[in-house]
Amino acid sequence: MRITINVNGTSESHEVEARTLLVHYLRDEAGLTGTNIGCDTTSCGACTVLLNGESVKSCTVLAAQAEGTDVTTIEGLADADGRMHPVQQAFQEYHGLQCGYCTPGMVMAVTSLLTENPDPTEEDIRVGLEGNLCRCTGYHNIVAAALAASKIPELRA
Amino acid sequence: MSILGNRVQRREDPKFLTVGGTYVADLDLPGSVHLTFVRSSMAHAKIQAINISGAVSMPGVLAVYTYADLGLANLPPIMDMTPVAMTRSVLASGTVRYVGEPIVAIVAETRQAAADATEQVIVDYEPLPTVVDPAEAQKDEVLLFPEAGTNTAFTLAFGGDPALFEGCEVVVDRTIANQRVAPCPLEVRSSAARMDADGRLEFYASTQAPHGVRQMLATALDLPADRVHVVAPDVGGGFGAKGSVYPEELMVGWCALHLDRPIRWTETRSESMLGLGHGRAQVQRIRIGGQRDGVIEAYRIEVLQDGGAYPDFGTVLPFMTRTMTSGVYAIPKAECSSVSVVTNTTPTVAYRGAGRPEATSAIERAVDMFAAEIGMDPAEVRRRNLIGPDAFPYDTPTGTTYDTGNYRGTLDLALEVAGYDNLRADQQRRRTNGDVRQLGIGLSCYVEITNGMPDGEFGAVEVRPDGKVTVRTGTSPHGQGHVTAWSMLAADQLGVPMQDIEVIHGDTDMVPRGGGTMGSRSLQVGGAAVNQAAIAVVDQGKDLAADLFEAAPEDVVLDKGRGLFHVAGSPALTHSWAQLATAALDRSGTPLLAEVDLASPGPTFPFGTHVSVVEVDTETGKVTLLRHIAVDDAGRILNPLLAEGQVHGGIAQGVAQALLEEVVYDEEGNPLTSTLADYSFISAAELPTYETRFTETPTPVNALGSKGIGESGTIGSTPAVHNAVCDAVAHLGVRHVDMPTTPTRVWRAIQDATVGRS
Amino acid sequence: MIPASFDYLRAGSVAEAITMLSDHGDDAKLLAGGHSLLPLMKFRLATPAVLVDIGQLRELSYVREEGSHVAIGALTRHHDIANSPEVRAAAPLLAHVAGQVGDPQVRHRGTIGGSIAHGDSASDLPAVVLALGGSLIAEGPSGRREIAAQDFHLSFFEVSLEPDEILVEVRVPRAPGDRWGFEKLTKRAQDWAIVGAVVAQTEEGVGVALINMGPVPLRATAVESAVASGAGAVEAAQLAAENTEPAADFNGSVEYRQHVARVLVRRALEQAGV
Repeated sequence: MRITINVNGTSESHEVEARTLLVHYLRDEAGLTGTNIGCDTTSCGACTVLLNGESVKSCTVLAAQAEGTDVTTIEGLADADGRMHPVQQAFQEYHGLQCGYCTPGMVMAVTSLLTENPDPTEEDIRVGLEGNLCRCTGYHNIVAAALAASKIPELRA
Repeated sequence: MSILGNRVQRREDPKFLTVGGTYVADLDLPGSVHLTFVRSSMAHAKIQAINISGAVSMPGVLAVYTYADLGLANLPPIMDMTPVAMTRSVLASGTVRYVGEPIVAIVAETRQAAADATEQVIVDYEPLPTVVDPAEAQKDEVLLFPEAGTNTAFTLAFGGDPALFEGCEVVVDRTIANQRVAPCPLEVRSSAARMDADGRLEFYASTQAPHGVRQMLATALDLPADRVHVVAPDVGGGFGAKGSVYPEELMVGWCALHLDRPIRWTETRSESMLGLGHGRAQVQRIRIGGQRDGVIEAYRIEVLQDGGAYPDFGTVLPFMTRTMTSGVYAIPKAECSSVSVVTNTTPTVAYRGAGRPEATSAIERAVDMFAAEIGMDPAEVRRRNLIGPDAFPYDTPTGTTYDTGNYRGTLDLALEVAGYDNLRADQQRRRTNGDVRQLGIGLSCYVEITNGMPDGEFGAVEVRPDGKVTVRTGTSPHGQGHVTAWSMLAADQLGVPMQDIEVIHGDTDMVPRGGGTMGSRSLQVGGAAVNQAAIAVVDQGKDLAADLFEAAPEDVVLDKGRGLFHVAGSPALTHSWAQLATAALDRSGTPLLAEVDLASPGPTFPFGTHVSVVEVDTETGKVTLLRHIAVDDAGRILNPLLAEGQVHGGIAQGVAQALLEEVVYDEEGNPLTSTLADYSFISAAELPTYETRFTETPTPVNALGSKGIGESGTIGSTPAVHNAVCDAVAHLGVRHVDMPTTPTRVWRAIQDATVGRS
Repeated sequence: MIPASFDYLRAGSVAEAITMLSDHGDDAKLLAGGHSLLPLMKFRLATPAVLVDIGQLRELSYVREEGSHVAIGALTRHHDIANSPEVRAAAPLLAHVAGQVGDPQVRHRGTIGGSIAHGDSASDLPAVVLALGGSLIAEGPSGRREIAAQDFHLSFFEVSLEPDEILVEVRVPRAPGDRWGFEKLTKRAQDWAIVGAVVAQTEEGVGVALINMGPVPLRATAVESAVASGAGAVEAAQLAAENTEPAADFNGSVEYRQHVARVLVRRALEQAGV
């Protein structure tokens, strides 16, 4: 079946099997390999993208279910001039990544979290990231980055 | 003004943050076909028949292979120390010995076709009795390898003094578990391979050791090593488990040779939970003896190591446990012996700490038990037994020589940061009030061995005619930030800005040899090699500049601030690196280049103290980690931002082992924790913000004065958390709770103590 | 990871979905948020030949106060229930629990109808609807019918929906205020409950439901009777494990789970002001 999704502002349209997961559509059809697969039980969140602005685990969405929606992946987060989003900037500054594998999903999850809760406590962030697993960082700097990003004025505008 | 010691942000990050890393599964390999495996659903069985006809006829299937098709020898024993009779074949060759063992390899045009085809393969098993418990395996009643005649794969004996505890007023004797855990890097195993235009095997590996992979492939596939080119692109974590080479990877290489199509393989997480090696898995009988005044006089640990179905690195890791037997304590008599057995479970491999967390967990638990027995505060017992700061180099009873240490300093600082006395007061208040939620305070004083294997490392620095620098390293980072760290070192020596320094790693064509990254070795040997090469290039620059200035080399200085050479006292007349690099090529045709094969300077011994504060809900047994304080000393810290990151990550894994994570098998060898939903991989919601400090006690062992830090967080944290949980319920009569201290385990321990059976 | 192949049908209306289900019978499964079904399909534990996607049926996503009860469309997402001012006011227990299902990503996709129709006794929301004394509205070829929550769950993953019926609405009695309690024991925040307890005070009285204490979500009827007879939280909670059959696994024995049920019910009763 043909599935058309607006990905990072570009209309993607591909002929795929109905059973194609959104994460595979993004990686294999749209060629956006930034979004990663880390598990098969919807546990790890490495595949997190924004669907109509809200974080979802793209491994548990059929591409067909995303027909006609706006999907944002890590590749679409920086602005048109390539300037990093405040969350990306904060992850850089606070050393919120090591191997980088969980990072795209983590950044998208934090971005969505801050959209819905612009003034989170540390607890809000920790619980809000319960669905995003990281093995390298121990989460300490990720949480610090998220808190710092929440203070950046343009995010609160 | 040196950049060293500064919190320098990582150069690696912008790419990872904006487009993501390029992991093996992301590589663009046009025309690739896909490999997948049919894996054993039985823990121990003879394979009677394999029916592949259904799979062969599925659309898109190109080939279906079993052992008989391969003509490959078994993988070699581990470091020549494990029995040949227990080696494994690339695909199961008649007997399967653990659930998940690969039996059939399927190659298909698409991933979907491969997945669909695996369902069509029918394997007829003749079940054999299973043995999962290592103590049972040691009885040799159910043998995994009848030809071996035993399940014992490796033994170590040290000591055996029957009078070890003679004269001790108090002896505590307990058998405890250091449970099997799963390393769980976020990126599962993934490989790809193709034949390049010159007929060489081009192999992409998610590995910690690309040169090791090259060697294994060359040996297994009977190719000269220079006909194999291995590249480790970005690698999504390894934690020791990706230091082993797996049969699936050899299968990828074999398929590339035989099919002459690019081929790729990426496992699912469920496969990885069974196929990537597991960690730890020791049963430990610990005995500690001493005087009532707190002095510890003797300690013995007997290890039963679960090696899993086929001996891998985990089987020989008790060697490292023995190395660190007596920890930070000046115990005059200490012994360690071990037996490693095979069982019908996933093979065990190195996992962050690799034999040393096991040693530390054991002695730290023993010290706390000893403290409880004599009624002394565990901090005080430690104080009375720590090796003093003037005792170094210190020879331990098990033959290890520690380089430098200031154990008392880290203990004092950790207790201060924790506010230890206040914590004990809070604990006492809750006990007096009979609060449902009790407080536990746990300590861990640790020392660990880094760069424990004797191999050296390769480092090269070259200045190009444009004045930019190329560094090549034999280390293989997978999150550690070596591009940043090694360019800091090179920048510091050369006076070239970091952004003009490229660091090449992970490619066996670009880097001739290397030991990879594991065992917290990289800075000490890899960074040191780069540093030494940089110094050598500066010397080359000075010599060449001297020639050009017609001055003596000792009169030439490198102004690192400007990256310019000049004669001392005449700063206006300069030569740049670009000019010198160009001149070198013009004059002699050789670049400004130094290659160093640094011989290993020997191991170093980072140390520290962790303090953990937990709250235990005594009605449900649930444990909440309230605070975790870590004071770690790894000698001179090159980049505190990176070093802290390593400690943080280590702490999370260490806490996870203490509180949550455990690989569980039923009696038939069926895995019960083979997904991330069942396996309790720790999340941010279970952890607090850590309170970390570094002290810096340099080491004379290497030129940098640095020790490794990569595994310290894990080694130091597990026992602190574990001790805290046991401490929280000690007043209820509980003497010990095995890890992981899950709610049901803690609750059960309280019940048993209440009834008087602890 | 890759589901078995299936035919994908997108329903444009409830009526069309019902027709599709009737046409395909046992071969067809409904797809809403997909967070109960897709995980099973990725392991090929479920292999429906036909998926009927109703996820775009906006008409099934709503929150309406209808006098003595709150009507929630079956396709209302957990996220929207948790953030709905109406639910927060009229049934705050439900808003609270919906706000903790899974993780934020799951809550952006999962629906209350999908969760309840899946019939997992380890899920939180079915127990909440049970404790509130709510009901489920099913629609099929012969029209709509209302099923009391305690009659909805038949056995392990089996609910009383015909193969051609769709769960279209969840109704819960109004239960404003803070006279409710929710306690859940997990190892990690994202885990299914080892044991959970829900207490709700409505005009009917106190409802107590248990999570993961049997093959279906259970009312702790002995506790409810004790409370109705005037027993306090401590005394009533002693009866929490009556008629429960929790499964034993490495997270806890039957004895442990029944003990935890008593503890959590007591705590939830106390939260609810009993």
